[in-house]
Amino acid sequence: MAIDATTPAKRQADMMAALKEAAFAGLITLGLCIPIISWGTRQNIENQLVLDPRWDTVAWAVAIVFVGRFLMALRKQTRDPNKPAVRLLPHGTIGFFQRHSGLFSLFGLGFLIVFPIIAITLAGWGGALKWIDNFGVQILIYVMLGWGLNIVVGLAGLLDLGYVAFYAVGAYSYALLAKNFGLSFWILLPLSGILAAFWGMLLGFPVLRLRGDYLAIVTLAFGEIIRLVLVNWTDFSNGYAGISGIPRPTFFGIPFTAADNGFAAVFGLEFTPLYRTIFLYYVILSLALLTAFVSLRLRRLPVGRAWEALREDEIACRSLGINTTNTKLTAFSLGAMFGGFAGSFFAARQGFISPESFVFMESAIILAIVVLGGMGSLWGCAIAAIAMIGGTELLRELDFLKQVFGNDFDPTKYRMLIFGFAMVVIMIWKPRGLISTREPSAFLKEKKAISADMVQEGHG
Amino acid sequence: MEVFVQQLINGLTLGSIYGLIAIGYTMVFGIIGMVNFAHGDVFMLSAFIALIFFMLISAWLGAGLIVLSLFFVLILAMFFTSLWNWTIERVAYRPLRGSFRLAPLISAIGMSIFLMNFVQVVQGPRNKPTPPMLNKSILLIDSATYPVSISYKQIIIIVSTVVLLAAFWFIVQKTSLGRAQRACEQDRKMASLLGIDVDRTISITFVMGAALAAVAGVMYLVLYGVVSFHDGFVPGVKAFTAAVLGGIGSLPGAVLGGLLIGLIEVMWSAYFTIDYKDVAAFCILAVVLVFMPSGILGRPEVEKV
Repeated sequence: MAIDATTPAKRQADMMAALKEAAFAGLITLGLCIPIISWGTRQNIENQLVLDPRWDTVAWAVAIVFVGRFLMALRKQTRDPNKPAVRLLPHGTIGFFQRHSGLFSLFGLGFLIVFPIIAITLAGWGGALKWIDNFGVQILIYVMLGWGLNIVVGLAGLLDLGYVAFYAVGAYSYALLAKNFGLSFWILLPLSGILAAFWGMLLGFPVLRLRGDYLAIVTLAFGEIIRLVLVNWTDFSNGYAGISGIPRPTFFGIPFTAADNGFAAVFGLEFTPLYRTIFLYYVILSLALLTAFVSLRLRRLPVGRAWEALREDEIACRSLGINTTNTKLTAFSLGAMFGGFAGSFFAARQGFISPESFVFMESAIILAIVVLGGMGSLWGCAIAAIAMIGGTELLRELDFLKQVFGNDFDPTKYRMLIFGFAMVVIMIWKPRGLISTREPSAFLKEKKAISADMVQEGHG
Repeated sequence: MEVFVQQLINGLTLGSIYGLIAIGYTMVFGIIGMVNFAHGDVFMLSAFIALIFFMLISAWLGAGLIVLSLFFVLILAMFFTSLWNWTIERVAYRPLRGSFRLAPLISAIGMSIFLMNFVQVVQGPRNKPTPPMLNKSILLIDSATYPVSISYKQIIIIVSTVVLLAAFWFIVQKTSLGRAQRACEQDRKMASLLGIDVDRTISITFVMGAALAAVAGVMYLVLYGVVSFHDGFVPGVKAFTAAVLGGIGSLPGAVLGGLLIGLIEVMWSAYFTIDYKDVAAFCILAVVLVFMPSGILGRPEVEKV
């Protein structure tokens, strides 16, 4: 050892440190794996629980962590400490996008409008259904919910973990009123929005005194109460069984059926179920755009500025004479209204709803979209929704993985696992969300970008 | 009267489980001011760990020595659950310390989703029943209409809860570790200036919270004899309710809150309707937070400008 020159000895020591670190990480992984991965529980034919040892999986996990940690440690030793760890985009990309956000918005809008046509050209009439429905409509519902919740969380700074309750109110309003009274989609859409807004006010009123985490927990409790009532009050909502046979929306009175008075027959086209999907796509697209438009315009109104002021400093707000109760209530009910719109659309699209669709997990996903996107940023929300929902939907398409891991491998099983993991990773990587700066809504003489660190909730 | 006594026993049993989980919430909230959303799922994970160890150990020791094997299971589950929570804190929460308020909460929600689905993937989505154990019970009131009894399970649960709480109380009140913890709770910056390793203290807080959650997990398994991957959420929220009800940040408050929530839930099921027992718990949470935000034993929060 002592004979060698200084440089190899130093490298040796570094190697040792890295090995030590990796061994420690590997040991921890082994500890984490020991009961929960190393033995799988399974019911045998006599319905007794038996254990299957799975040490090969544990060995793989430990090996992966060991090698990964070793490489990370080596990289950390050689890296210039002043350089940031990961940079996916070249410097200034986000700034470039922000300077030309008008142009990109137009481009994005154009893409969204022609998306069904692109899907049909690329995938044919048969294959397009999946792309428009699973990707287009599904992602747009979440984009709209994200934008609606953005009013509450991003603009007014009220942390709401029970947003799915308003989604449920909208969905059940549409389902029950349409089934029992035969009202049409276009009457019930605004009506369920109004009902959801009313519920937003009702639930918002008692909790306005609370702040931060407490508010989050109470809204979570309200969301769960509404779901549990829907589960248990079977006379009203049919409980777990849900409501099926909800009337589907019509093209201003013309139904999308194969009948003689159906959409295809009236316009002299060949019948395909794709028409309804395309119609639904444009409905949710316009609803989402309405949400974006309203929240953009509201930010310029006095009430919008009051929201943002409230988010930054409630005490200062109150001492400047802003009525905090009204300001919070408007944010809560407006956010709820858009949730209600989305809910009634959801019920109309599915034709079947049950309390299973309105569990806490949905609220968490919507909140995750808002926060991961960078609170208050509409672009951020849209990008996060595409990444999180589209990404997990894409897992359904990865059939080729079956050839790698064998036929038992089902990528959809890992959907939510990856979702949760991605939430943690994005938060650690960018704690203020993907787009953490944005344009100030009020300025003197010239616009200046404000760093996220200067303000309360993640943007300027 | 008999019904009331029986429900009192049942409620105290359930309440001690909630109280044990609630301590984890209240300590973490006290020390870093964050609702550790994943705590309910750590509890669920510990129940799975306990289930696997119980099957291994009872096969090894034989069915006769069930109390001894439960003792080993308890120790192993406490150790491995603590390791999990230590890692979770290290990976998901520590990098976000000093970040803005929502970041650790979102990270915790992500961790909660991750843990739940992790257990679902590695152990399967079905309910996991344990072999029946400790089914004997002692008759307390010999009544023809409604005999009141306390089962061995309930005795074990209540006794071990009391013993562990006493040990835990001793650690927090009398040792230097507990003193460091209380100092960090009052003022983290000042504590670090006085030579307390704040990161280490926070890690130990997570380890202790997980150890108590593991006790709750073992007790839950003994009491119900079945566990599944989504069993973490509702007990987690109820335990958080208990922590809030007792006054968040206060350890005796968490236990008191847990016992109250357990009693209310059991009494509600016995005298009103079992369907709405969760609604009752959530309503209490909302009412307490709105009208009594500092809880029963908590200190009121003073707002400084």
